[in-house]
Amino acid sequence: MSLLEMRDVQVVYQRRDGTPVPAVAGASLDVNAGEIVGLVGETGCGKSSLAKAAVGLVPVAAGTVTFEGRAVHVLGRRARRPSERRLQLVFQNPYESINPRRTVGAQVADAFAIGRTLPKSSWRPRVEDLLRRVGLPVDLARRFPHQLSGGQRQRIAIARALAADPAMIVLDEPLSALDSSVQAQVANLLVDLARDLHVGMLLISHDLAIIRHVAHRTAVMYLGVVVETAPTAQLWSAPMHPYTQALIDAIPHADGAGHLPVALTGEIPDPARPPSGCRFHPRCPHVMDRCLTDVPALEEKAGGRRVACWLHEEHVVAHRAAGVAP
Amino acid sequence: MTALLSVNDLHVWLDTARGPLAIVDGVSFDVAAGQVFGLAGESGSGKTITALALLGLLPAGARTGGSATMAGRDLLAMTSSARRRTRGREIAMVFQDPTSSLHPMLTIERQLTEHLRYQLGLSAKDAHRRAVALLTDVRIPDPEAAMRGYPHQFSGGMRQRIQIAIGLACEPRLLVADEPTTALDVTVQAGILRLLHRLCQEKHLAVILITHDLGVLSSLADTVTVMYAGRVAESGPTAQVMGHARHPYTRGLVDALPHPEAADRALVPIAGDPAGPESRPSGCAFHPRCRYAKPSCRIAVPPLVRVDDGREMACPVDPLVASMAR
Repeated sequence: MSLLEMRDVQVVYQRRDGTPVPAVAGASLDVNAGEIVGLVGETGCGKSSLAKAAVGLVPVAAGTVTFEGRAVHVLGRRARRPSERRLQLVFQNPYESINPRRTVGAQVADAFAIGRTLPKSSWRPRVEDLLRRVGLPVDLARRFPHQLSGGQRQRIAIARALAADPAMIVLDEPLSALDSSVQAQVANLLVDLARDLHVGMLLISHDLAIIRHVAHRTAVMYLGVVVETAPTAQLWSAPMHPYTQALIDAIPHADGAGHLPVALTGEIPDPARPPSGCRFHPRCPHVMDRCLTDVPALEEKAGGRRVACWLHEEHVVAHRAAGVAP
Repeated sequence: MTALLSVNDLHVWLDTARGPLAIVDGVSFDVAAGQVFGLAGESGSGKTITALALLGLLPAGARTGGSATMAGRDLLAMTSSARRRTRGREIAMVFQDPTSSLHPMLTIERQLTEHLRYQLGLSAKDAHRRAVALLTDVRIPDPEAAMRGYPHQFSGGMRQRIQIAIGLACEPRLLVADEPTTALDVTVQAGILRLLHRLCQEKHLAVILITHDLGVLSSLADTVTVMYAGRVAESGPTAQVMGHARHPYTRGLVDALPHPEAADRALVPIAGDPAGPESRPSGCAFHPRCRYAKPSCRIAVPPLVRVDDGREMACPVDPLVASMAR
């Protein structure tokens, strides 16, 4: 059993005219303890909605989300259940997710106050522990957020999540608001935390390159569905889904060689009216007849990989192999 | 190669309660027609202010020093009416976020033809025809229909294309693009980079590309200037500066990036945070974060000197020399 399990999750929003918009249309994902799973995809692919569903911030229309074997409840007016406090979320923008009018220390201590997990006398040493843990000087506890840089604020947001003694942290684009040198600092911090504290992490990002350095496993999402998951190294060296390949080819390299990245044609379709068959078929360079009509399932392949693409279906592969044989 | 724009010892001061603050502190560069000039640096390095100074769009209370000569005239010394004639016809700007730089309540046609009618004095019919041609040029599908649309009906990538079309409406010779792809997905970014590259080639357009993304810079720019805390750290041909970075800051930026060929290597962040203009260190502003800093770096501002391979750099402690000495 995985720490966090999501099975065929659907998240459906409503347009003002009542049209249902399935932002997540049956996505499955697992995260184990101590493992960092990267979730990548273009804007509008549903990755943030899936992250919110993982922590109960949006209701799931279908499918199940379980954390430590128990179903995750949708957050309502009442306090979060104690069993779910070990499931934490870090938001993208540390300028908006931290209260500007309270000291850093008070905000990190919120988790002890709400959880009543610690006697008040030990709040201060624990806050100092947490600040050290995320690589900040302890005297920052008395400061206000406006006195901190973006990277420091994101560390504070991570310290707040750690204060609840989490088993699992979901991070929604935690690196995209940061400068590249600071981004590397925070990325390395996440790797250290997952290893040292054995915390599972679901790391959402549109930046495939940074995910490659941080995540043990990577899941690629396109228009509400997971199209490929694989150990990160394998996903990069031999992407199976044409969309994964397109994402990798679009990354510009800072090597001074002057290669223009390859652009993926077309636009992400309206999730309310997804294309028939494989959702990627209108933009796919390898599209075949059956892609237009049949939906490919996310199927298990060798080496702990999964891919939803007709190119890798057993008899197609066999057929192609036969085609090249004399 | 003769320069279209020649910036010489540019200074920008902002008046604050504690006296004037030098945001840009002596920056020089040349931009040639048909070439992309890249300006790199982290937030607060003064790269955007440099661009705003060229366009005469600095906030009230800002003062400039030095010169920026284009076609024999100093852009910094122009009267405001002369500037208005320059803007759009000689220099145009494309901003980071097309959502906030396009007017949400006006049709694309209105926003595209405004320039053409006011600056070039075209008739409504001619302006319409030219606007359709511009949208075709930036590869907007069905340009006639797009003319009747409003910004919210387009995706981020399409909006950025429309913004570029507006920028190019009066056939400027210089396009200033400030983080034109930062808000976009990599797949869409690749398309915009290819578009800018094509425009440069076909229209002999000069582009100043401002970005913190060294990958973007590396794929598009012919020459690069790396700024730190308002000054030039290193500049030269892209292949030299990005491919074989020599200034400790440039090398730090490159090392902090996820590397395509060494995914298992941990990211190497630059220690500390970028220096803002209000807390700029003495001497070489990078010295508190520099691994190679010597006591003398704290005292004297290093001059920008030309080294043998065509690049200029402001560092008395060349890291190659330093590593050999150890």
